[in-house]
Amino acid sequence: MAVKQEIKYLTAVKTEKRQKKYCRFKKLGIKYVDYKDAEFLKKFLNDQGKMLPRRITGNSLKFQRKVAEAIKKLVKWRCCLMLLTF
Amino acid sequence: MSNYELMVIYTPVLSEEDAKSIQKKFADVISDNGGQIVHENPWGLKSLAYPIQKKTTGLYVVVEFTAPSDLNEKLKIQLNRDENVLRYMVTKLDKHAVAYNARKRGSLNAESKTVEA
Repeated sequence: MAVKQEIKYLTAVKTEKRQKKYCRFKKLGIKYVDYKDAEFLKKFLNDQGKMLPRRITGNSLKFQRKVAEAIKKLVKWRCCLMLLTF
Repeated sequence: MSNYELMVIYTPVLSEEDAKSIQKKFADVISDNGGQIVHENPWGLKSLAYPIQKKTTGLYVVVEFTAPSDLNEKLKIQLNRDENVLRYMVTKLDKHAVAYNARKRGSLNAESKTVEA
């Protein structure tokens, strides 16, 4: 039986621990997502202007919904395409 | 008396005092029907992504006010009737939102003038 040390792994053993995702709203104590604040909401969009899913933003369900609602209002309101600076 | 936030886009063609007079008109509508304006925040001209009524820029005004619940219907009728208004939206503010706006306005007071009606 091969001794443990002699086992050669084809790919490198993934040792780095992935940093635990946290909900930034809970951590910073933000309670209200302002739909007028374009700069802040931009963080939740990818470059094509689509909304990032929860598993990437790490938001809790409650705040992900608030962000989604705010973004939809922002798009309707600022009437600016996501790609343009708004 | 719940808090509301009215956001309106006016047509850019109207001049300065026209904009003021229209804003005044809506302010009166709110205050007549028992509402009370907390803060008016004109954003000025902003470009639109797609032309609304053949206009590519709009005059943005955000008005925060407290009002009885039945006031919005009256306001809507007024806004629909006015042809200078391109688009309007009334959102209800919960207590966190009011606190947020107050805090933001606190820091904003330093530079911009706020219209206290």
